[in-house]
Amino acid sequence: MKTILFLLEKEFKQIFRNKALLPMLFGMPLIQLIVLPLAADYEIKNINIAVVDHDRSAFSSRLTHKIDATGYFRLTGFMDSYREGDRMIALDEADLVLEIPAKFENTLQREGVERLFLAVNAINGTKANVGASYLSRIIGDFSEELNQEKRNKGASAPSSQIIVTSSNWFNPHMNYKFFMVPGILAFLVTMIGGYMSALNIVKEKEIGTIEQINVSPIRKHHFIIGKLVPFWVIGMVVFSIGQLVVSRYIYHIIPVGSLLLLYAYLALYLVAILGFGLLVSTYTDTQQQAMSVAFFFVMIFLLMSGLFTSIDSMPEWAKVIAYLNPVTYFIEVMRGVVLKGSNWVDLQNHFLIMALFAVFFNSWALFNYRKSS
Amino acid sequence: MTNTISIRANGLTKKFGTFVATDHITFEVYAGEIFGFLGANGAGKTTAMRMLCGLLEPTSGEASVAGYDVYREAESIKKNIGYMSQKFSLYEDLTIQENIRFFGGIYGLSYEGIRQKGNQLLADLGLQSKAKALVGDLPLGWKQKLAFSVAVLHDPKIVFLDEPTGGVDPVTRRQFWDLIYQAAARGVTIFVTTHYMDEAEYCDRVSVMVDGRMDALDSPQNLKEQFGVNSIEEVFYRLARGAQRAD
Ligand SMILES: Nc1ncnc2c1ncn2[C@@H]1O[C@H](COP(=O)(O)OP(=O)(O)O)[C@@H](O)[C@H]1O
Ligand SMILES: [Mg+2]
Repeated sequence: MKTILFLLEKEFKQIFRNKALLPMLFGMPLIQLIVLPLAADYEIKNINIAVVDHDRSAFSSRLTHKIDATGYFRLTGFMDSYREGDRMIALDEADLVLEIPAKFENTLQREGVERLFLAVNAINGTKANVGASYLSRIIGDFSEELNQEKRNKGASAPSSQIIVTSSNWFNPHMNYKFFMVPGILAFLVTMIGGYMSALNIVKEKEIGTIEQINVSPIRKHHFIIGKLVPFWVIGMVVFSIGQLVVSRYIYHIIPVGSLLLLYAYLALYLVAILGFGLLVSTYTDTQQQAMSVAFFFVMIFLLMSGLFTSIDSMPEWAKVIAYLNPVTYFIEVMRGVVLKGSNWVDLQNHFLIMALFAVFFNSWALFNYRKSS
Repeated sequence: MTNTISIRANGLTKKFGTFVATDHITFEVYAGEIFGFLGANGAGKTTAMRMLCGLLEPTSGEASVAGYDVYREAESIKKNIGYMSQKFSLYEDLTIQENIRFFGGIYGLSYEGIRQKGNQLLADLGLQSKAKALVGDLPLGWKQKLAFSVAVLHDPKIVFLDEPTGGVDPVTRRQFWDLIYQAAARGVTIFVTTHYMDEAEYCDRVSVMVDGRMDALDSPQNLKEQFGVNSIEEVFYRLARGAQRAD
C-alpha cells in the first residue's frame, strides 16, 4: 500500500512538471469541446426534404406546410410515388424523404395512430440525421396540434398519435450542439484514458526507467495502479470541467438526469478505458508505436461509436463493431442521462457491459504485463 | 571475502531466435568479492546480467543469485540486489531528493530510513546543495555516481553494475571506483561489466567474454601470468582476436 503512495507521488510530480503534457491533458480537450461542436454544426436551415404524399388530404398538406414553415427545411420535391423520392435521394437532391401513407388523415382520425416513414440519405448521413430529429419534433408538434383541436371541439375521441419509423433520436431543443457536446465530451475522456495512459507507460520503456522498476521487488499490480490512478483522476477532472463549466456555461446544457449516475458511469468507464491503454502499452516498446496502435483503435472507437452517425443507420457488420466498442456505451449513457434523463433502471445493462469491458481489458493487460522478458 | 557463494551460473544460455547471445556460461561469484565481467560490445555481458537480475528469462542452463533460483524465485532475487543498468535510468524530471525518496520507497524503506540514508548519500557525494536540482541537469559523472548510490540505498547483498563508467572522464571513473570499494568494504558483492581494461585491474577476479562464451576467469594477476603478458589489455587482445562479433 505504501508502495502505491510512493508511485502516485512520483507520477503526479512528473505529470505536473511536464510543460508539454499539461496543456495536452487539460487545455486541448476543452478547446476541442468548444470548437468541435461548432465545426460539426451543420447548415440546419438547408436540409433538403422531399415529401411523397400518397394521401393528398387536408392533414397531409397541413403537415407539409408546417415542415416548410419552420425554415429548417427546403422542400425540394413533392410527389406521389415513392420511386421518385428514391430517385431524389440517389441524385443527392434530398437529404430526407418523408412518406405519408394513403388514408393518413382517415386512419389517424379513426384509429388515433398512424405511421409515417422517413428515409434518410446516407451519403450526407449526419445532416440527414439531424434533419430527421428535427422532423420528428415537428411531427410531434403537429400531432399535439391535432389533439388540441379535437379537445377544443369537445370531441371525446382518444388523442391521436403519429409514429415516425426510423427516427429515434431525442433532442427536444432541436439543437444539434445539445446532441454533440455530451458525445464529444465522452470522446475526449476516452482520449485521455486510452491514449495518454498508454503513452505514459511506454515512455518509461523508451527511456529505460522501466528496467529500474522491473528489477525492484515492486508488485506489478502496484505499479499498474500507480500508473492508472493519476489518469483516472485527470479523466474525472477534465470531465468535470467539460460538463460543469463548458457544457453548462457555453452551451447551457443542464443534464436532465442524475449527475451522480453520470459520474458513477464515468468512474467505471475510465477503469475500462485505462485498461485498454495499459493493454496497448504492454504490446508496444516505443511511444511512436503506442501512438500508432492507440490511434488506430481510437479512430475506430470514434467512427464506430454513434458519435457522428447514428448506429441505427449502420450496416449490420458495422453495428457489431459499434456494440463491441466501449465508447458507444458511454456516449449512449451520456446522451441518455444528459438529454433524456435516463435513470439507473434504464442503464443497468450499460453498467453491466462496461464492468465486463473493465474486467476484460484489465485482466488481459495484467496478464500480458511482464516484469521480465 | 568469504567462500560463501553469492552467484552461481551453470551452462547459462540465452538465444534470441537462432542467435546465441550468451553461450553456456558457468561461473561462481563469492560473497563480498568484486567480480569483473569483461567483453567487447556485443559479447553478451548485458544479456547475462539481465538474466541474473530476473529481467530476462534464460533459454537454458541454471543460475541462482543470493541463493534464489532465477527461474522460480526472480522476485526474491530482486529484494536482495541492486542494479544499475547500462542506460541511465533515474528519473531526469525528478530532483535528486525525489529520486532517492521514490527508489527508497519502492524498496520498502521507512520514511525515517529514507530521510537518514538520503542525507547520508547526499553528504557522501557532496551533493547536499544540489538536493533540489533536477537529475537531468546534472553532469554525466554525477549522474552515474548518484545512480550507483541509489542502487545500493536499500543495502542489497549484491549489486550489478552494467558499464557504470561508460563515457565518463578518468577522474570521475576513479571516484566511481572509490564508491565501489566503499560498498565492497561494507560486504556488498559487486558484479561489474566494463570494457575499460584498466578497470579490470581493480577487480578481485575477472572473466572475459568473447562471442557469448566465457573464455577466461581468474584473478588479474593469474590471468597475466597464464598468458605471459603484462596487462589485462594484452590478455583481452589474445582472447578477443578470434572474435566474430564486432560493433
Ligand atoms: N532482445 C534482443 N533481441 C535480439 N538480439 C539481442 C537482444 N538483446 C541483445 N541482443 C544481441 O545479443 C548480443 C549481446 O548483446 P549484449 O548482451 O547487450 O552485449 P554487451 O552487453 O556485451 O555489449 C548482441 O549482438 C545484441 O545485438
Ligand atoms: Mg551491454
